Amino acid sequence: MEQDIELLQEATSEAEAAEDSRALYEVKMKFLGRTGKVTALLKGMRDIAAEARPAFGKKVNALREALEEKFAQLEEKLKAQELGKKIAGENVDVTMPGRFRPTGALHPVTRVKNRLVDLFAGMGFEVFEGPEIESEYYNFTALNTPADHPARDMQDTFYLTDEFLLRTQTSAGQIRSMEKKKPPIKILSPGRVFRSDDDATHSPMFHQMEGLVVDKGITLCDLQGMLDEFARTMFSETSKTRLRPSYFPFTEPSVEVDVSCAACGGKGCPLCKGTGWIEVLGAGIVNRRVLENCGVDPDVYSGFAFGMGIERIAMLKYGINNIKLLTENDTRFLSQFRK
Amino acid sequence: MLLPYSWLKEYVDVDLPAETLQEKLFSCGFEVEALTFLGKDVEGVYTGKIAKCEKHPDADRLTVCEVDCGEKGVKQIVTAATNVFEGAIVPVALDGATVKHENGVQKIKTGKLRGVVSEGMFCSGEELGINDDFYEGAEVNGILILDGDTPLGADIRPIVGIDDVIFDIAVTANRPDCQSILGLAREVAAVLHLPLNAPAPVSREHWAATDVSIPVEVKEPKLCPRYIGHYVKDVKIGKSPRKMRRRLALMGLRSVNNIVDITNYVLLELGQPMHAFDRAYLQGDKIVVRRAAEGEKIVTLDEKEFTLRPDNLLICDGKRPVALAGVMGGQNSEIKEDTSEVFFEAASFARDSVRKTSRALGQRSDSSARFEKGVDPLYTPRAGMDRALALVEELGCGVPTRYEADVCHAQTETKIIDTSYEKIDGVLGIHVPKEEVNGILERLEFHIADRGETFSAEVPPYRQDVDGFPDLAEEVIRMYGYEHLVPTFLENATVTHGGFTKAQRQELKFKEILEGEGFCEACNYSFYSPKDFDFFRLPQDAPERKAIRVLNPIGEDLSVMRTFLAPSMLSNIVRNVRRGNQDGRLFELANVYLPEELPLKTLPRERKTAVFGLWGEGDFFDLKGAFEAIGRAFGLSFRFVKGEKPYLHPGVTADVLLGEKKVGYLGKLHPELADGLALERDAYLGELDYAAISEKFAAEIAYRNLPKFETVQRDLAVVVGESTTCAEIETEILRACKAVKRAELFDVYRGKQLGADKKSMAFRLTFEPDERAEGPLSPETVEKFFKKIVEHLARTLGAELR
Repeated sequence: MEQDIELLQEATSEAEAAEDSRALYEVKMKFLGRTGKVTALLKGMRDIAAEARPAFGKKVNALREALEEKFAQLEEKLKAQELGKKIAGENVDVTMPGRFRPTGALHPVTRVKNRLVDLFAGMGFEVFEGPEIESEYYNFTALNTPADHPARDMQDTFYLTDEFLLRTQTSAGQIRSMEKKKPPIKILSPGRVFRSDDDATHSPMFHQMEGLVVDKGITLCDLQGMLDEFARTMFSETSKTRLRPSYFPFTEPSVEVDVSCAACGGKGCPLCKGTGWIEVLGAGIVNRRVLENCGVDPDVYSGFAFGMGIERIAMLKYGINNIKLLTENDTRFLSQFRK
Repeated sequence: MLLPYSWLKEYVDVDLPAETLQEKLFSCGFEVEALTFLGKDVEGVYTGKIAKCEKHPDADRLTVCEVDCGEKGVKQIVTAATNVFEGAIVPVALDGATVKHENGVQKIKTGKLRGVVSEGMFCSGEELGINDDFYEGAEVNGILILDGDTPLGADIRPIVGIDDVIFDIAVTANRPDCQSILGLAREVAAVLHLPLNAPAPVSREHWAATDVSIPVEVKEPKLCPRYIGHYVKDVKIGKSPRKMRRRLALMGLRSVNNIVDITNYVLLELGQPMHAFDRAYLQGDKIVVRRAAEGEKIVTLDEKEFTLRPDNLLICDGKRPVALAGVMGGQNSEIKEDTSEVFFEAASFARDSVRKTSRALGQRSDSSARFEKGVDPLYTPRAGMDRALALVEELGCGVPTRYEADVCHAQTETKIIDTSYEKIDGVLGIHVPKEEVNGILERLEFHIADRGETFSAEVPPYRQDVDGFPDLAEEVIRMYGYEHLVPTFLENATVTHGGFTKAQRQELKFKEILEGEGFCEACNYSFYSPKDFDFFRLPQDAPERKAIRVLNPIGEDLSVMRTFLAPSMLSNIVRNVRRGNQDGRLFELANVYLPEELPLKTLPRERKTAVFGLWGEGDFFDLKGAFEAIGRAFGLSFRFVKGEKPYLHPGVTADVLLGEKKVGYLGKLHPELADGLALERDAYLGELDYAAISEKFAAEIAYRNLPKFETVQRDLAVVVGESTTCAEIETEILRACKAVKRAELFDVYRGKQLGADKKSMAFRLTFEPDERAEGPLSPETVEKFFKKIVEHLARTLGAELR
């Protein structure tokens, strides 16, 4: 029996001396493990007389239980200590900067273009992209711009040869798409266009978005309805549009479209030069000759077309005050258009 | 087009505030770009008669005047002017008045000059903002002396003709008829429902008989569809009356003499450019309209000599050119002080012919500007000539004769449009009552024959822009008002399916991946400088040099269509670094233009290309990472092999291959180019042939079953010679053992103990059990694979396990 008590004391003092849970585990194994001392006692029961065995067994089991309880207590204590230490050792300065790869940004023209496509796609428009280098036919003749029209002059158009030129308008896409597709047609034609203009407010290259609808019974009222929707989406819920007479060779009637100034709500401010309106695009009912040129019967079908400068919309939308910023590619400018 | 309110009022009895009229014009398609209130700087200036002049007691140069300003009282004015005298009527700026002063306004107050009170100031023409054409004497050095019968105490503004408003109106290209005072007046009358008081028709009965005959021969009827010439005798050259001079002045023209002024007046009033020849200098009494001979010369009124080509149309007499048709008259036949006979010309010349001549010779005039916009052959020349002759009679500066040559090659039938009210409504989408339709068109001088449902409209001859019912619909709605439109949403249209095409969606994804990799999207012009080819050190036969030139570029720097995009990107980098943006990543996705042959015979190929630029922070492998990100996103396995570009660092350049096809490159900017640009940051450039790679984009995402058993990772470090590449080792590892799915380099080490020219490369190998395997890879199997790989690397690359 003394042996038992000794063993108990020995184990207890060794366990209490353990500095961490690993050392404690080793002590536990030394006594309670497969080859441990207490286990050995149990194994030694074989050598004890049969009548003494129950009493011995009881004692050893009591010893084991006592030890197990002790170890459990100590283990809990050490684990708590260790956790506390671990937590205390990990104390970050939360004000230090985080790590991330800064994302880039899509060009404002791309952003506005995508927004416009999104808007018109919902109305059933599909996107058609024509070539940037065009023939006179697609850029002018088929669009009812007679050979002696001032717009044909070298002043406005970049010519590559007598026949080929840099397209001055995405309207050229109207003809190509009508040649490929029969009505009903609803297409959007975004892309680069070129004009021989270079000053504070003009860039020799910019982007346009052309829209074309050809179907039966299309009217000016439909054009206005669609443009109202455009203005509400692109500018503000309360935006309105105003049509006023204008002239384009490929539409008749032709209109200039103003949107109520989102900055002042139409009251008049420096942005809208006090008028309450901002000119944003040109539009009109497709000229019958243009339809004829594309093999569409103008007595059956009619349509409207509109064309806007994407840079202009982007400048209005983001408050960009100089068109040159859009082609300078200064990262301080571009990175402001992150998502 | 300028429109003085006073001149408009002669034809339309309108008395609206200028701003209201501006709105009316705007609503019917004529935007007023500027509204100038002529006399707004001149306030409180009245007429006064100098009753007494006395020397200033203390100043030799000053005069003290007693001035009778009628109702405004008698004022004492001290002046330094020397041209004033007792009895002179002069403009007097009284206390509180304003006058023009240089580019601003000067306020006048009562004050003392050398101790003598002056209750205001006498005004010169300059202080009123006028010249001799407004009021004779306005340009003298001193005070403006007014006519002796000028009432006293009257506001000066109406007296000198500055009580006016000038509308500067933008006229669209389809309305050349409105490039005239009368044309605009017609619109104003129509929009305000007022009658138009056009100039009275000329009466010819009393014109003088004559024996003179100056026949006109038009050899180029296409370039000159109409030519009217009229002979006027007994011409007396002199000054024009004040009213005419003032009107010319309001429009920015200086008065020359009565005959020349008449031609200018008719141009402004009716939009008909006119010319007056001195008949005495028309040799052979004959006019021939013909093309110039190659190298033929003419000296124009402004004493410039031009050498001509057959593109240029000439007006000639029996022997020589006397005018550059539609542009300017010749010096040899101009109107002089002693001109006594005049041959007036009112013609219509083809607008592109005049434009080309004017541009080619760099010679512009009010006439050429007008002809470029288009002068109809039927109405305007006739009206112009009649008006000019009426003015000759009115001014008494000549006697119109009965000799007139009128050559007309234009179609003379009136245009009639047959249509229905329903068709008009069909364009507009609203119902406009037919009384409105008829009324509007009639006010615009269309003759309407109403047949109930249908009608016909006879188009006025000056409205060449109108030729179908949509044009009539436009006339109706611009007068009826766009505010009547009721927005609808494609009520009758078929529902269609819209959106980006697949290719466009992929393009957007491409951009968004780069956005995620930290790249900002750039946008550059599609043209660059031919000097870029040399700067980029491209050999003479480089394909990039086969580029399309713009015939009329803005400048040499923007004269060649891009065949590769690196030059634009490099200039972006340089600009950014110079502006202090030390680090950055940019890309652009745009077309290059590749001609089949030069000069172009067919449309060139437009090939979508991506260009990348990275500078400052980051290196070759950051740029390569962007390529790899794209590869991963689109299921493309790019291979990178050592490459070469004349503008890139020979040691840090790779070609990008997809299969065996070269689809791009990337590398570090050549140090020599960087030095040449004084670029202080390292820069990396790359391009990808987007058109080529987009053909290979993975069609759809195809799901692959997850491996049944987990993969095992093991690290392998081998020592190899410096020349052995990562790709070589990776290839050999994969070749040695099929179970290796990936071999990824994670460390490179060089050190003394490895020996010179040696490096250690450590790879993380990922082993994956065969699909048919029935259990996980055992450590023994992995060990077997590992040994096999090590042996293979030793054999093929001489690699040693580290």
